[in-house]
Amino acid sequence: MTSATSRPFDPVIRPAGLNGVLVSFGDTLTEPANRAALAFSSAVVREGIDSVEDCAPSLVSVFVQFDPLHLGLDTLRARLSTLLAERDWFSASMPDGRRFIRVPTVYGADHAPQLEEAAEAAGVSVADAVRQMSEARVRVQTIGFAPGQPYLGLLPENWDIPRQTALTKAVPEGALVVAIRQFVLFSVSSPTGWRHVGQTALKLFRPDSDTPFFLRPGDEVQFVEASADVLARHADDPDGGAVIEAIP
Amino acid sequence: MTAALVVKRIAPGASVQDMGRAGFRAFGVSRGGAADPLAMAEGAAVLGQSTDCAALELPGSGGVFEATAPLRIALTGAPMRAAVDGAPLVWNASHAVPAGARIEIGGATSGSYGYLHVGGGFDLPQRLGSRSAHLAAGIGAAVQAGDSLTVGIDGGDPVGLCLPQDNRFDGGVLRVVESFQTDLFDTDTRERFTQTCFSRDARANRMGMRLNSDGTGFAAKGGLNILSESILPGDIQITGDGTPFLLLWESQTTGGYPRICTVIPADLPRAVQTPAGAALRFCFVTRDEALAVERKARDHLSDLPKLCTPLVRDPAQIRDLLSYQLISGVTAGDARDEKE
Repeated sequence: MTSATSRPFDPVIRPAGLNGVLVSFGDTLTEPANRAALAFSSAVVREGIDSVEDCAPSLVSVFVQFDPLHLGLDTLRARLSTLLAERDWFSASMPDGRRFIRVPTVYGADHAPQLEEAAEAAGVSVADAVRQMSEARVRVQTIGFAPGQPYLGLLPENWDIPRQTALTKAVPEGALVVAIRQFVLFSVSSPTGWRHVGQTALKLFRPDSDTPFFLRPGDEVQFVEASADVLARHADDPDGGAVIEAIP
Repeated sequence: MTAALVVKRIAPGASVQDMGRAGFRAFGVSRGGAADPLAMAEGAAVLGQSTDCAALELPGSGGVFEATAPLRIALTGAPMRAAVDGAPLVWNASHAVPAGARIEIGGATSGSYGYLHVGGGFDLPQRLGSRSAHLAAGIGAAVQAGDSLTVGIDGGDPVGLCLPQDNRFDGGVLRVVESFQTDLFDTDTRERFTQTCFSRDARANRMGMRLNSDGTGFAAKGGLNILSESILPGDIQITGDGTPFLLLWESQTTGGYPRICTVIPADLPRAVQTPAGAALRFCFVTRDEALAVERKARDHLSDLPKLCTPLVRDPAQIRDLLSYQLISGVTAGDARDEKE
């Protein structure tokens, strides 16, 4: 790759409200920008900057929360700029300990009422939509919105479909929703602007467990088509029948 | 026997809250905690205890409770009518209640969230470092009639302290700063936003509140296709139909709807306490102005214990009044809230 493609975007640091900054590695979702965000977030945590209270990657950015009365915005900006200059974050490696997880998924029918609408938006038949989605091996790009809830991508280009104008009142836990070439798999029942195309029995957030969060950024997932009977069989399994293997 | 507060009746959506769980943003867990952190600090001040003590958050109205042992309690946040065994209690103050006492708390007279604190705090198990129910995340649950809430060991002793009643319970003007998506809205849209008088929708919860207005919505460039990005409490997101939503402490951690601005932290207590139907306006301030306000708000928080004054008892509520030697004029004034 040329340096122009490996560094498609100069990182920018912008204030987020009064007590945050956002360090962005892109304005569209690309794999290098996602790698950069994950690696830079870990690096900011390792730096242990005084008065930085929290730090978390989103898809292509890192949100840094700080106490603005004890750490000036300019000082923080300078510290982060120095860290940005230390290496090419776009070529950072993925986090260690990644896994490939196959999750049984019921597409459409009563379980996921917006499959037809989503297929139409993606310009394919319902059968082709299910084939494309269930064959895609997508990666957890970030965890956010709700506890342990992943954004996964990228889907084929025809899935660059917008969110709905109105919010769906509630999708259930385990709902697979789609928009802008990404899946989100819901860890709680929630309103959403994304279209509900599939249903799994996976419990992503287990607040009483020693390991409350099932998925981690970098994990890869395939939402394999399954029948309603298969899903019902896994109703009591927190893994929802998922098959897990390590990525070497 | 451990002290407890037995819930006889309670408003839907009431929950035990502390200052929430920081540091789990990377796992998708927002801080949550008390919707009005200032009310938590006020309760801690009048009870002379740590702001880490968990209290009962009462959305819109209270309930009926019974103390299984002598308790110190405090009432803060949205003012509600309250009584112990029929005798009215002053709001924004601490009180001693005897074992077996029946505490009745009615509807809010203004504001949204009232708080019932106990000396020692409610002793719920911590999950991810906090006793707060995070209703959106499914951590803990709303408190129900029949629940018995264990009270922690109470090391303190002050009661009968009160703080001046605040005026943050009727909406008003909220100060906002620009955020990283503000420039997705053109100048005209931003100006129209600050000139619009909004009314808080009846649909509001610990995650956020919908803001209604007449006229057209507030559209952003590329509105429905932007990447999901980190959310801060105070962000005002514009959903697909152009309606603003103010996001609060228990909101999602990321979201794809564009944010037009962010309410400054010092004005969030006023924001969350805005009752349904009350008017809200927004006013952009510079970063320096916002920092000055923040400094003042933090000073106020640390000054709260010094601002506590002893409650003046209302003679109408003293049962053995006739045995007192009364001197004309000494009991007037500060206790008028009790006569509502």
